[in-house]
Amino acid sequence: MYLDIERKIVLPGEEISLEGMKQGNGIYHDGGKYYSYQMGVIQTYNNYANVIPLSGKYYPVRNDRVIGKVVDVAPSFWIMDIRGPYPGFLHINDTPWKNLDQELNKILRVSDTVFLKVNEITESRQIWLSLKDAGLRKLEGGHIVMVQPTKVSRIIGKGGSMVNTIKELTGVKVQLGQNGVVWLDGPADKVMTVRKILKYIEKEAHTSGLTDRVKKILEESR
Amino acid sequence: MSKSADEIVYGLKREYLEKICAEGNRIDGRKLDEMRNLVVNTNFVPRAEGSAEVRLGDTRVLVGIKVEQGEPFPDTPKSGILTTNAEMLPMASPIFESGPPSEDAIELARVVDRGIRESKMIDLDKLVIKEGEKVWVVFIDMHILDYDGNLIDACSIGAVAALLNSKVPASEIGAEDYPLPISHVPVTITFAKIGSTVVADPNLEEEEVASARLSVATNENGDVVAMQKGLGGSITKEELFSAVDTSIKVGKDIRKRVLGR
Repeated sequence: MYLDIERKIVLPGEEISLEGMKQGNGIYHDGGKYYSYQMGVIQTYNNYANVIPLSGKYYPVRNDRVIGKVVDVAPSFWIMDIRGPYPGFLHINDTPWKNLDQELNKILRVSDTVFLKVNEITESRQIWLSLKDAGLRKLEGGHIVMVQPTKVSRIIGKGGSMVNTIKELTGVKVQLGQNGVVWLDGPADKVMTVRKILKYIEKEAHTSGLTDRVKKILEESR
Repeated sequence: MSKSADEIVYGLKREYLEKICAEGNRIDGRKLDEMRNLVVNTNFVPRAEGSAEVRLGDTRVLVGIKVEQGEPFPDTPKSGILTTNAEMLPMASPIFESGPPSEDAIELARVVDRGIRESKMIDLDKLVIKEGEKVWVVFIDMHILDYDGNLIDACSIGAVAALLNSKVPASEIGAEDYPLPISHVPVTITFAKIGSTVVADPNLEEEEVASARLSVATNENGDVVAMQKGLGGSITKEELFSAVDTSIKVGKDIRKRVLGR
């Protein structure tokens, strides 16, 4: 279902007519009218209208799956960089490990890379992370590539179509974090190909028919 | 002082780069001794005595030369003065801060300065206006516009290219402008040691995980004129000699292809 407002580019403070949709992310209301917070593209999802920013820092949302790195170790928790506006905290109780009176350093060290989820964001904007869910783990081996956090949904594609195409045609293991950190594992030349493809998707994110073009490039490069 | 989050490298990135470098590959598909694409635009700033804009891959620097009259140092009354300065603008990278020059900016300026000074590129003795009283002072100002690794090479090639196209504004003192007296053309090539592999022209990702860094400046005769070793790691004798050989080879190519010498 495509509406008139779908894919329209808006500027901060620009009035948006929701056309019966509910107010989603990136939109505020004032005096009965709705305005955009950011420069971005309007997208509708499940009867909600959202403004997807064209670029920007990652803003954590509950249950997002992100890739973070350990930047400091505290007595009972780790401080993680998740490329957000504030550091994230991972408490030992939110991990599958038990702290048997050992130093947390022995479990995760500074510069270790972890795939985790955002468990809770408190009122004072503390970000608590968790490792207790299917698929969440410490990442080992492989390579890290950074993309714009706002382009992650484009890399996933509709129902995962884009990322699955990449995985199938290159055989590289891909783990996407909502914060724009991408973990790749596979032979060096294939990882390089995926890296180039990710940069290409980032650049062409606003165009349509991208999955087919990516498929063509990957098939030609094989 | 604890490191900021941006400065801590993902541990698995280090392992991955060390692994693929040991296999003879590089993250951007280059050969181990291959430079990134190098473009030099001279006379980029028309009002300066000389200038150059350099793009080394995604690294971008701007070098300006200013030649002004000044007093010579008391211990060298018969020669001109060379001053080098580097500015790491905060817009170039999230890890650059404004304020007084950082340690890295000082090292960068000193390494570039040493390559030019010790190669005797500029004949400073010809820059005297009146012995002991007035000489020409050559200022090299380097501005980092985009940081994607290997600032030393980008800046030193930029400085050399800008100096080659500089003039001495002698019309200020009633004579005719003349080109800066040049006797040699040094080229600096920097290497990074990743794991146990030495690569030329490291990009930002490679620089982040490097254990040691080595810059070698050579002149057109293939003589080594200056060197700088950086970071905490070690370099073996064989690695040093092979770096010098690569530096001479790549330097020759850059001198011919980019600097037109």
